[in-house]
Amino acid sequence: MRLRRELTALTFLAPALLGIVVFFGYPLVSAVYFSFTKFDLLSTPEWVGLDNYKRMAEDPFLLQSVRNTLWMVVVFVPVRIVSAIGLSVLLARLRSGAGVFRTVFYLPALVPPVAATIAFVYLLKPGTGPVNTALEHLGIDGPLWFNSPAWAKPSLVLLGLWGIGDIMVIFLAAVLGVPASLYEAAELDGAGAWHRFRYVTLPSIRPVILFAAVTGVIYTLQYFDQAAVAGAVASGSATTGGGISSSFGYPEGSTFTYPLWLYTAGFRYSALGYANAMAVALFVVAFAVTVFLLRRSKAFSGEAA
Amino acid sequence: MTAVLERPAVATTPKAVRRHNRLAWIARHSIAIALSIMFIAPVAYLILLSLMTSNQALTSDYWPNTWHPENYVRVFQVTQLPRYLLNTVIYAVSATAFMLLSSIPAAYALAKLRFRGRNVLFLVIICVMMLPPQVVTVPLYLMWARYGLTGTLWPLILPTLLGDAFSIFLLRQFLLTIPEEYLDAARVDGCGEWRTLLKVVLPMARPGIAAAGLFQFFYAWNDYYGPLLYTSENENAWTLSLGLASFHSVHHVDWNLVTAATVLAMAPIIVVFFFAQRAFVQGVTLTGVKG
Repeated sequence: MRLRRELTALTFLAPALLGIVVFFGYPLVSAVYFSFTKFDLLSTPEWVGLDNYKRMAEDPFLLQSVRNTLWMVVVFVPVRIVSAIGLSVLLARLRSGAGVFRTVFYLPALVPPVAATIAFVYLLKPGTGPVNTALEHLGIDGPLWFNSPAWAKPSLVLLGLWGIGDIMVIFLAAVLGVPASLYEAAELDGAGAWHRFRYVTLPSIRPVILFAAVTGVIYTLQYFDQAAVAGAVASGSATTGGGISSSFGYPEGSTFTYPLWLYTAGFRYSALGYANAMAVALFVVAFAVTVFLLRRSKAFSGEAA
Repeated sequence: MTAVLERPAVATTPKAVRRHNRLAWIARHSIAIALSIMFIAPVAYLILLSLMTSNQALTSDYWPNTWHPENYVRVFQVTQLPRYLLNTVIYAVSATAFMLLSSIPAAYALAKLRFRGRNVLFLVIICVMMLPPQVVTVPLYLMWARYGLTGTLWPLILPTLLGDAFSIFLLRQFLLTIPEEYLDAARVDGCGEWRTLLKVVLPMARPGIAAAGLFQFFYAWNDYYGPLLYTSENENAWTLSLGLASFHSVHHVDWNLVTAATVLAMAPIIVVFFFAQRAFVQGVTLTGVKG
């Protein structure tokens, strides 16, 4: 009886199990093996020991890409969370038109990243873009945005804030779920709006903040599309054309995120062994973050949520 | 809920407080309206740009001098857009269908069947879901290249036949909310697990399935990394995202056409969203934590 039950479960799970082995287990093990070899698309892997890892420590582009990704983790993740909380608190308190506002703030999250990035590059064009034109009317000399090494990443943050909707909806559900009795009690104690937020709302949504922080870090570790397209479109040259654009990272490597450099090293410079060493390092970091999330969050444990 | 909290208060509070409440109401709505304008502006600007002549699109004008809706026809004629659109539809539709086929049974087993290693398997699926795709990129690319399938859509579509980690996670979370009693009743009536899944669980899980299907469809429609990796060597297999990203260089000065194509890439997503809004928002909240 028990054996039969397990066999039934196995038939339900068979495709997924096979998928995990073929598209996760096998390539992960290969990546570790390849990281100790040197090869390109035409040659066979040749064992080089730790050379790729040594090379990582000396690669200036790699160091820059690590700095860029760290910048995104330190700036983008908190800015996104604070904005999403602000927006959801505002939405929760609106009584008229709440549905319309919710839809307006949510929709950009669904826009294809490539389309959204093109829209923002046009919007922020230094010479003729509407944002700088408007700033000029106000007497402000607008920055070069995506064309400036200093402003390219802040421009990506703006683009990311536009697509804040998905995490905002999760915060909104949490904010709406705070029991009204807690607010009543706080009000009786004479708490003002800020104190109600600080001592009632914020502690109640803490698990969601943790969730948003961890998934935000994971998202930032794989941040690729927007950085790739922004660099290519802002520089005005091809993104694909037979593979990889020479304009990835434009301007001056300021948009080379870690995965973007990994991809470029592997498929533009054909350093496939080296790219795998970078992949293994990325895996270690992403895995550590995931384990942290699993240990802190009940929803992800194997128990029924 | 806030209404419950505040309404009785209004009736008993003095005028000053009521005025304060009204001012707060105006302030909140003004902020919301201002933010809404900022959220709509990028798309509005894009649409206006797409209706200009190619010369005017290069200027700093916001408003078209003359309106050129025919840009939306022209972009189909002078670019490969029809091809990209077809490829994107093929990818998104088949990936969604295959994902549902392979992931619903897996999610059902994880949520409702008891077997050894269930918790471990669930943890593995979370790890797969969290893994940056770039980690396994090179070995997977080499694997598909060995079978001569790079330059086609197959490397994007075939894996969905073998389950998708995020979809399995999402569907499992939803299936957990179906009370055990319904399943027990079906089993007492002599239904096997497959029949229980088909006759009892599927109809009850429709909102969850809709959400997972929509997520997969949108993911495939928006995907850039996958098509860049596998299809960039063969333009006939490019999807909208890939085509859009390269338009800019080929049709460098025709910003009106580039923006028209960009608007066309956004439009179906927004239309689908309006038809399926409820399932979608429910799905998003389901991915969040509950405690």
